Amino acid sequence: MEGPTYWKIGDQISLRDAFGRALTSLGSIRDDFVLFDADVAGGTGAKPFVQAFPEKVVQFGIAEQNMMAAAGGFADTGIIPVVTTFAAFGTMRAHEQFRTAIAYPGRNVKLCCSHIGVDVGPDGPTAQMLEDLATIRAVPGVTVVVPADANQMLQALPAILDHPGPVYMRIGRSPAPVITPADSSFNIGKASRLRGGNDVTLIATGVMVARALAAAENLASDGIEARVINLSTIKPLDKEELLQAAIETGALVTAEDHSVLGGMGSAVAEFLAETHPVPISFVGVRDRFGKSGEPEELARLFGLTAEDIQKAAKSVIVRKKA
Amino acid sequence: MNDLRELARKIRVLAIEAIYCARSGHPGGSLSAADILGVLYFEELRVDPTQPRWIDRDRFILSKGHACPALYAALALKGFFPAEDVRSLRKIDHYLEGHPDVKIPGVDAPSGSLGMGLSQGLGMALGARYGKRSFRTYVLLGDGDMQEGNTWEAFMAAGHHKVASLTAILDYNGLQGEDLVTKQMNYNPIAEKLTAFGWNVQEVDGHNIDQLRAALAAARSECDRPSFILARTVKGKGVEFMENQQVWHGSSTLTNEQYQQSLKGLEA
Repeated sequence: MEGPTYWKIGDQISLRDAFGRALTSLGSIRDDFVLFDADVAGGTGAKPFVQAFPEKVVQFGIAEQNMMAAAGGFADTGIIPVVTTFAAFGTMRAHEQFRTAIAYPGRNVKLCCSHIGVDVGPDGPTAQMLEDLATIRAVPGVTVVVPADANQMLQALPAILDHPGPVYMRIGRSPAPVITPADSSFNIGKASRLRGGNDVTLIATGVMVARALAAAENLASDGIEARVINLSTIKPLDKEELLQAAIETGALVTAEDHSVLGGMGSAVAEFLAETHPVPISFVGVRDRFGKSGEPEELARLFGLTAEDIQKAAKSVIVRKKA
Repeated sequence: MNDLRELARKIRVLAIEAIYCARSGHPGGSLSAADILGVLYFEELRVDPTQPRWIDRDRFILSKGHACPALYAALALKGFFPAEDVRSLRKIDHYLEGHPDVKIPGVDAPSGSLGMGLSQGLGMALGARYGKRSFRTYVLLGDGDMQEGNTWEAFMAAGHHKVASLTAILDYNGLQGEDLVTKQMNYNPIAEKLTAFGWNVQEVDGHNIDQLRAALAAARSECDRPSFILARTVKGKGVEFMENQQVWHGSSTLTNEQYQQSLKGLEA
């Protein structure tokens, strides 16, 4: 069985390109899924699959509500629909269809959405979905997966296809550094600790993981040892890892390219507030809409850089209990 | 034919009994759909009550989910669960939810939020085509479904993809929650619109068994078009004081006297 080719650490690869490679690689070895497209395969990264396996694609045109509810019905016949569109349409326009026709009956549908966060860049606020984690994780029984880099994406796609029930996967648009080696495993529901440290824990997801690693490097030169966790499953949470981080480091920073309202940081805070409350600082977009610009300019404007994570780490350490 | 009339009558009786016991529910739209459900479940659908999730069963979706008392009645009469269970409709310790739920034996899709039923049926029909399965898919729409944008996306897609195994039936009783359909949001003329969308459109009296039967047979013989059956019905059909009365659309509590009167009317 031939697998996909992984990328080298440090390569700059968009996760949507990795999604396309993962899909195409799986297309030749698996017969249990089809791609549902709403005329945006070029944008979601699915185009290579559409070209290689046109018979495995169901085209819905620009009509996401129908695509989503149809995916629920289609799954009922035993084939997995991989539903692709931009997150604004998949997790918000067709949100009720996802909730009622997919999640409520527990149907085996994989919703894979690109165009998330300010990482979208120049397309601007209508395409920059900053609320998808909030809308989707509120739906009962849904698994939420966010790969941090292209190599993780190659492993995440087969993992979500093997995982029964509704899954949402978040796919970045802009090139992002490859940080995970080809041989690292991807397990749904398991966080990975990328760096040890007991002064503070940086919990990051998606494109923010690489920034958290850079922040930890810089903090080390100031004598602060930061633990870094890649939280690649937002739901269900890896409670063991989070609890250990709270107990052992006593202060956390969460970092996500998403609104601070209802996203990954909220999920972590909800869990720890009931189990082991510690000071948390949230790095994310602060209750505002996005804006056009280059991804790195936007990261600065919205406070999503490695420096912002460093600052948050230093401030949260001050709030640690003596 | 006499049998089907009798079965439709029993569906009405059980539906009214369920709504009376629940002290809420939707009698008007349940009664208008009873003949359609009778023909479907007792003549048209290839289903097996002993294996409700059989992969090759014909699919049925009640998109106008609020009419589920009639659906549950049909399923009970077909043998999916005991008829006395309908008396526990909407009860906290019971499985017959206030709107259709796939956990209920024989229910193929959740509904009750209008507009998603036809899409789910389209998905099932496309799944049948992709998986080379021979089952057919039927969707019963209500007036409210016809006003949802989602339904029109599904009309467009089913026509475009020439999904001939899909049949939509409209329970066209002309009354919605608050008023006449023509006053609230008129979606007519429907035949012209759906013909333009690539559907085979037929119009029948939704309480006439022969006409329903013939339209379903014609739908089955279609090769490259989905079928739409506009079934003209009477809201509250079979219970005289409910017929064409908008007040009996929604959560109306029947008094004991009204309940007895309904049953008496349905005995005739």
